[in-house]
This record gives sequence, structure tokens and C-alpha cells, in this order.
Amino acid sequence: MLKRRQRVEAEIPSASMADIAFELMIFFLVATTFDVDTGIGLVLPPAAETTEQVKVKQSDIAKLLVNAAGEVLLDGELITIPQIRETIKNKIKQNPKLIVSIKTDRETNYSRYIEVLDELKLAYNDLREEYSLRTYGKSFKDLNRDQQEEVKKAIPIRISIAEPEEVK
Amino acid sequence: MKFQKKFGQMKPRVPTASLPDVIFQLILFFMVTTTIKVYDVKVRYILPEAKAIEKIENKRLVSYIWVGRDGRIQVDDNIVQLDDIVDIMYRKRQENPNVIVSLRIDRESRMGIVIDIQQRLRKADALRINYSTLQKL
Repeated sequence: MLKRRQRVEAEIPSASMADIAFELMIFFLVATTFDVDTGIGLVLPPAAETTEQVKVKQSDIAKLLVNAAGEVLLDGELITIPQIRETIKNKIKQNPKLIVSIKTDRETNYSRYIEVLDELKLAYNDLREEYSLRTYGKSFKDLNRDQQEEVKKAIPIRISIAEPEEVK
Repeated sequence: MKFQKKFGQMKPRVPTASLPDVIFQLILFFMVTTTIKVYDVKVRYILPEAKAIEKIENKRLVSYIWVGRDGRIQVDDNIVQLDDIVDIMYRKRQENPNVIVSLRIDRESRMGIVIDIQQRLRKADALRINYSTLQKL
């Protein structure tokens, strides 16, 4: 009589299945991106009727005008867009209380306006970077939250949107 | 005298076959409970580009206004008229005083419509705005 071999039940090792499922989960967690809104933040002035007019010295205002043709005038003088950054930076260094006022024509191209605003933001970012290097010896993005607030307070962004001439 | 152990000859094993099911249950739970607000954008627009951009940390605060290439304005899921913005935004601001209005405006737009919207927002006292832009490389 032949000796029958005892059957061993075949088994697939399933202990690592959980790891595979986890891997799947992690993959989807990492790969999912919600569209993050990026852009240039700004605070509008309150409605004209509700606040009294605050008088600001003429010398504390830098007037930026973007006309319908897309030309930029700073205090009445024609300026190219890449020049804005350095010019504004120097002006703020001379007068830290400077308010930059932007005025546009109704026919001005929106992307041109954004370009100008972008240059202004870059100028302020440069100033903040310089300030944080001077005071903390570190780059602005390496500072902790409190220090960043401190720098922001030291160099506030003063961009004003000029009152439009006529409202439709 | 020698005692023979009766039990403990076999290695005890925790049955792990159902672990993946547990994990899958977890995935399913998260999938079901996550709600993502997706807007149905009815206007066609291409955002302008800028370098000095920042992220909005708190998405809950944001509400959007779209302006398409054809000049149509959309708020939430509806196409609205310019003057409706005051009411809508005023209501939003009452619900959430720190609302940030993100303006998604086509790059070829004229400033006229932007100025008009900004004037309406000022009337509604929704003053924190954000010009939505793409990253310029």
C-alpha cells in the first residue's frame, strides 16, 4: 500500500495585504491636490461715504497711473514696468511712510494692472527680506511666525487704490 | 519529574487576513465623509500671471467671483448682474465677517469691470480681496 502524503493546506500569506492597502491610501493622500488659490492679496479702502477723509501729505504719496495704452506713469513721469520695483524701493527707503496709490483707466488691460501690482509686491517683499536679514540675520521665510509678524509690522504694505473718477 | 507542556506547542497567531479589509473600510470612511465644494464655472477665463503671489491659508474664508472673457460675472453657481454683488457679498459678510473675496478675472478684461466690482465690494464692506493669479516662472 502506498503511503499517502499528508496534505498541507496551501495558504497565501496575507499579512502584508494591510501594508499594500496602506500604501494605496498614502498614495492617494499624497497625489490628491486641491486647487490652492494663489494670488495677490489686497485690502480695499472702506466705502467713501462711511469714512471721513484722511489728509495725507502730498509728499507721502507716490502716484502710479496706468493709462489705457498700458503705459505707467509714476508721479507724472513715464516709467517701464521692470523699473517700478527699484524705483519704489528707493522711494520707500527715503520715506518709510510712503503710500503708493494706483490709479487705472477704465480701458486699462487687467493683466497690465496685475503686472504693476506684482512689481509693487516684489518691492515690498525685497524690503522685508532686507529688514529681516538686518535684524534677525535670517531670510524672511526662515523666521518664525511671530518674527514674520514683527517684520510685517515694521514694513507695512501701503498700497492704496485711488478713488475712480466716475462710477457707473 | 518532568512536566510536559500540553499547550503552547503551536505558535499563537493573530489572524491577519482581515486587516486589509479594515484598512479599506478606513479609506471608504474617509472617502464618504470628505466633501469637496466644487463650483460649476460657467464663464471662460484665463488667469493673469504674477511672481509675488501668496497662498490663501484658510479656504473656508474664501468666496469667489469669476469674470469671463465675455464680461459675464459669476458668483457661487450663478451668473449675476453687477448690482447683485452688493447684496450677495453683504450676506456673505454677515455670515462670515472675515470673508476673503477671490477675484478670478480673465487676463484680457478691462479695468472698468474690475473697478465696478471693487466699488460694489466696498459698498458691501467686503474689503479683503485677492486677485487670483497663476505663478509666473
